[in-house]
Amino acid sequence: MVIYGIALLGICTLLGLFAGELLGSLFGIDANVGGIGIAMFLLMCCTSFFKGRFKIGDVSEKGITFWSMIYIPIVVAMAAKQNVVGAIDGGLMALLAGLLVVAVSFIFVPIISNFKRK
Amino acid sequence: MEILNEVLISNNLITAFVFVGLIVYLSYFFSNHFTGGRFHGSAIAIILGLIFAYVAGLLSEGQKGVADFAILSGVGILGGSMLRDFAIVATAYGANFNDLRSSGKAGVFSLLFGVILSFSLGALVAISFGYDDPRSITTIGAGTVTFVVGPITGSAIGAESEVIALSIAAGLVKSILVMTITPLVAGRIGLDNPKSAMVYGGLMGTNSGVAAGLAAVDPKLVPYGAMTATFYTAVGCLLVPSVLFFLVSALY
Repeated sequence: MVIYGIALLGICTLLGLFAGELLGSLFGIDANVGGIGIAMFLLMCCTSFFKGRFKIGDVSEKGITFWSMIYIPIVVAMAAKQNVVGAIDGGLMALLAGLLVVAVSFIFVPIISNFKRK
Repeated sequence: MEILNEVLISNNLITAFVFVGLIVYLSYFFSNHFTGGRFHGSAIAIILGLIFAYVAGLLSEGQKGVADFAILSGVGILGGSMLRDFAIVATAYGANFNDLRSSGKAGVFSLLFGVILSFSLGALVAISFGYDDPRSITTIGAGTVTFVVGPITGSAIGAESEVIALSIAAGLVKSILVMTITPLVAGRIGLDNPKSAMVYGGLMGTNSGVAAGLAAVDPKLVPYGAMTATFYTAVGCLLVPSVLFFLVSALY
């Protein structure tokens, strides 16, 4: 049943977000602390468990893979609802700060990725 | 016409599917016929989405891009955090545990380093623009961490609302630049494996930027980048109003 896959995904997402909110209130901050990461971790645990013991089933699996495939269109919709005018109207300082941070951060991606190999 | 409008508005989520479907179709058409597939269709779709959002923002004077128009209000649901988070979690299906574990340390390091780096650069820009009170400098630095950390920090340490607005703008610029620039530089910074994706997620940190950036490079990398990016805002909210604010206060 395709709903089993969607429900499993839903359980992992809700548990993760719940744990993230709990962590947030534990630290006293008004933000979700890694809820999505915890949810992804749970989903990975579930799927490796299912692979070992019994199959989740091809049809149920489609309930999860559908959502991972619809990801890009969701991101396009997310781009279309951004406050782009707000970003550009923020003035020179906001533009400069954003640009500088992004440029320097990009430079550090290969540097940190290659740390261990040397 | 009025009846059509009514149908489109009362079924707004379905209208959003059609709208996004058209954008994606146009983008892939453009990618295949004008760039020979070299510029990825999803990257064009994201940029097109941002352009629509800009034009819509000018016309409606709202803050939610095309979602400010009743007909396209469904785009706000489709692109909202609920479905986005749901889809991001789904991408973890099939992600490799061992890849995650072997790059865990680099991921955690990039997370801490990324928050401090973004904050310091943002604070430096603020100082060079003449800000000299620690509250304003910290808040603008927080904004360059992400546009969530900016206002949370600003209200926690009592910054002026004008400065908080600036910090949100800086965060928005960062997020939009990450979305658009990532596919252009991915090859040059070696963003083609789970480890570099985790480091990238930890350095950039903006959820929407990382989500869109990796989608346009290679959807297989999304779970790894999202895994670190999801902790970034939280680390920022923890570090900036406390340790980093004290540091700035001590220096000024």
